[in-house]
Amino acid sequence: MLNLSALLYVLLGLISAPLMLGVINRTKAICGGRTGQPLLQVYYDVVKLLRKDVVYSRTTTWIFRVGPMMALGGLITALLILPCGGAPAAFKFSGDFVLLFALIGIGRFFTILAALDTGSSFEGMGASRDALYSGLTEPVLFAVLITLARITGELSLSSVFANISPLLWSSSAAVLILVAVIIFVLLLTENSRIPVDDPNTHLELTMIHEVMVLDHSGPDFGFILFGSALKMWIFSALLIGAIMPVHTGNALIDGALFLGGMLLTAVTVGLVESTMARLRLLLVPRMLVGATAIAAVCIFLTLK
Amino acid sequence: MNDLIFVLLILTGFVFLGSGRLQFAIRTLALQGILLGLIPLLGNWQGLWGRVLSIATISLVIKGLVLPYFLTRAMHKSKVMHEDHPFVGFTASMLVGIICLGASFWLASRLPVIASMPSQIAVAVSFFYLFVGLFVIMSRRKALTQVLGYLVLENGAYIFGVAYAIEAPFLVELGVLLDVFVAVFVMGIIIFHISKSFDHIDTDQLSTLVG
Repeated sequence: MLNLSALLYVLLGLISAPLMLGVINRTKAICGGRTGQPLLQVYYDVVKLLRKDVVYSRTTTWIFRVGPMMALGGLITALLILPCGGAPAAFKFSGDFVLLFALIGIGRFFTILAALDTGSSFEGMGASRDALYSGLTEPVLFAVLITLARITGELSLSSVFANISPLLWSSSAAVLILVAVIIFVLLLTENSRIPVDDPNTHLELTMIHEVMVLDHSGPDFGFILFGSALKMWIFSALLIGAIMPVHTGNALIDGALFLGGMLLTAVTVGLVESTMARLRLLLVPRMLVGATAIAAVCIFLTLK
Repeated sequence: MNDLIFVLLILTGFVFLGSGRLQFAIRTLALQGILLGLIPLLGNWQGLWGRVLSIATISLVIKGLVLPYFLTRAMHKSKVMHEDHPFVGFTASMLVGIICLGASFWLASRLPVIASMPSQIAVAVSFFYLFVGLFVIMSRRKALTQVLGYLVLENGAYIFGVAYAIEAPFLVELGVLLDVFVAVFVMGIIIFHISKSFDHIDTDQLSTLVG
């Protein structure tokens, strides 16, 4: 069942995922009237961190050391199930999206455990917030995929995305638009982007993801940085896959369309971040319940 | 396209459930009114275009412009800008909304579908609005928010009327519209008086009255 050509997309994801963060940062810099950091800054950071030594706190156990590796490992494995650019994924089988979400979930689970393992009340706070938000986003993610599976009549991610056609767009445009909106909200939440969390701040009251990884250093932190880039890549690919109606069958054109979509997603995230303020912490669950409501609308629409 | 308007209507329903600021809730209601005004245009009426157009215009003007204007005035006069402590919180309200949505789709599936309906989901949306309206009336403290809830309820009745318009004549709808107009007028005055004498419009305090 291994699809070798799809491995090219896995490789592409591994190589160009950090570039997405670069594009987001550049968009924010331009909107803010700054020159901004180089587009390849995330690569420099990862390489720099990989060359450094690790410092482990004496209060931590093996869980703390395993955490970043598990997180990154889960995300890299998830790339194998993720269909990109109209091509089927390296592995496809019925219900593969459950495994995709589980792999992302494993990463988050170990990040939370590692944060708790430090014994810092600070990181525990971030861990609790992250657990709350992911608890609210995961049902929505499943609802979206159930909706897509119902309107396309397929059960594997690759076939679902291959069946998104102009015909489907004309018959259920409303559902597809809602799906796109929900996935975008989830993308912002899961990647700790601005309406939910600010990836740049290191103030305890505004952080969710950043606060959990404060104690990690050296290569471990490099893994985490690279992992967050991969997560961005995965969610953007889900968004593009769920709404892209054009499948020419020509690998080059499809690939170009896919990369264009990814670029557009990154720019959109950058624009959202430069035009919106962070939501108050109490309002984030309300926003996520709103996303749940939209997902419920999707499901009821497809049930009729 | 038709479905899109009804989906937007469902979404504004949820926005209404989750909004604590009255100004925002009133604007949501105005948007709802405009969308509702568009619905009659979507149906398939042979030879009835004159009546349909006039209905659309009237409801659009009243629900989208006049009522929001009066409500905003009442809000400023009573100096209540925010629903402070609802019986059911806004996030929980949205969860209740999801349950209401499920119930209304189930109810609608048990009713006959008529070919002249503007959309397959029109009846479900109308039930959803009835439930949301009732729920807001029950779960909010401020009199003004309850008036808003009553209006949402009436919007639900309006959608139901449009969905079965071939069966139920439009005159009935106009009557309902007028009813609401009067009701809001009266309630606006009542709110004004309540706020004058007690300095707030929290209806919960009425239960302490001894009769």
